[in-house]
Amino acid sequence: MSMQSAILPHAGARTLNADALHADARRETFGLLALLSPGLLLVFAVIIVPIGWLFWLSLFDETGSLSASNYARFFQQPSYIKTFLTTFKVAFAVTGACVVLGYPLAYMLSQLPRRAASICLILVILPFWTSVLVRTYAWLVILQRKGLINSWLIDLGVISQPLPLANNFAGVIIGMTHIMLPFLVLPLYASMKTIDIDCLRAGMNLGASPAATFRQIFFPLSLPGLASGVVIVFVLCLGFFVTPALMGGGKVIMWAMRIEQTTSLYSNWGAGAALGVVLLAVTLALLGLFQWLLGARATGVWSSR
Amino acid sequence: MSMENALPISHRQRLWLYALGALVLLFLIAPSVIIVIMSFSGSTLLQFPPEQWSLRWYESYFGSVEWRDATIVSVKVAVMTMIVATPLGTAAAYAINAGTLRLTGAINALLTASLIIPVILIGIGTFFLYARIGLNNTLTGLVIAHTVQALPLVVLTVVSGLRSYDMNQEKVARSLGANRFSAFLQVTMPQIRFSIVSGALFAFITSFDEVVVSLFISGGETTTLTRRMFNALRDQIDPTIAAISTCLIVLSIVLLSAAQLFGRGR
Repeated sequence: MSMQSAILPHAGARTLNADALHADARRETFGLLALLSPGLLLVFAVIIVPIGWLFWLSLFDETGSLSASNYARFFQQPSYIKTFLTTFKVAFAVTGACVVLGYPLAYMLSQLPRRAASICLILVILPFWTSVLVRTYAWLVILQRKGLINSWLIDLGVISQPLPLANNFAGVIIGMTHIMLPFLVLPLYASMKTIDIDCLRAGMNLGASPAATFRQIFFPLSLPGLASGVVIVFVLCLGFFVTPALMGGGKVIMWAMRIEQTTSLYSNWGAGAALGVVLLAVTLALLGLFQWLLGARATGVWSSR
Repeated sequence: MSMENALPISHRQRLWLYALGALVLLFLIAPSVIIVIMSFSGSTLLQFPPEQWSLRWYESYFGSVEWRDATIVSVKVAVMTMIVATPLGTAAAYAINAGTLRLTGAINALLTASLIIPVILIGIGTFFLYARIGLNNTLTGLVIAHTVQALPLVVLTVVSGLRSYDMNQEKVARSLGANRFSAFLQVTMPQIRFSIVSGALFAFITSFDEVVVSLFISGGETTTLTRRMFNALRDQIDPTIAAISTCLIVLSIVLLSAAQLFGRGR
């Protein structure tokens, strides 16, 4: 009897339970959405709405009629084309410099014993969290006409005239490389740490020289980490403002500086907005392409500490 | 030495690698070291190492009303940003970590958008929006804008803390009769408090060091320290900035060590 009463209502209880579970799941979902909503709302209000608005603005010319003139300008005005060329030139140069400097550093960090590696890592993370302004100021002091390098070299008699190191292309490259380097080293180091040392041992056991082991095993395995570092550095370079504005000496006009000039100096919001929209589109396209090719997020650098 | 990375290559064979790595580390750290040393120089000329020592640049920093006001604005904004961004980011991280929501990828992308979107675009966008609603040159406006910048860091830090925490413990607490909020407060939060504190410190420093957006939306009485520094650097190189920079470097070191210390307390 008791058995029966336990079994009989079973079919009914299942639907009852299903409803209760369903309601519970829905409550859970609403609860989680409520937790997310303040953050999402803020992002929506401060990022999505203004950018949408700017996009809308960029579709109208100065007389207020719908036109593509803000975008046509990119191909017509030589000053715009020069800005794009400069921006990509700087981005390629800085990314290249970061790879050349960052790869050996990340490789060394990944090979050091843990204690030594974590001490060296502090020297990478500290600049990462030091104000960009402070670091740009430091490079100005070091590189300018009467700066440290020039006065040292003149005192030593190596040169008689100061070298033009700041307020030009070279200054921008040096300053930006310093700022971008941790963005390459940190993800690269994180991915190098995941390379199984046994793979390398196996290679060497089988008679490969250290150089061949590195070339044929380690290097290919480190490429995904390198790629994510390269993409994030390149993308950040495209929209970078502070260092070129302070170290370019007005001669190196990059994309972000053009946006600032167009909006603040000439108050041409349509043109500035168009520049911003295209910059965003290029950025997202590069990141999207990267994610599609490698299936990884480029924001990993901020959580890989 | 541990066996963990013992390859049959001696350290001597690797000397060239260590030398190269050390040079790159020097490149990374030297500018900060030089600035700290030069901030104690007694001369207006940029000499390294300085020939005489003094605290005159610190006196000129703390003695100037303009610099002091700007510093106070920056501290106020950073503290408020930390207070707003930390709970918001922690709540969002909790929801993301549950992993039951659809579109988690899209939510993640939206919350971390400010790391990816060019800051200059956020700057002119915020300025444009604030011009309509009267938030330019206000502390509230700065706090809102900085919170959006700091939010992703809090979310990422707390999510990584929650990953190494077993959510079943909270379920146990709830099955024993605790409601969800007190279960979180009494069981989960004490165990992820280190990530939350790290996130809060990152929020503080993100706001304190923020330049580009502040350049657009702060001014007058709410000029931030970084905005004033940026404008000062555009005009001329004043050694007072070396003293301010040293203070900022020390602040970074202190906050970062605190974050590391808390991170290790796990």
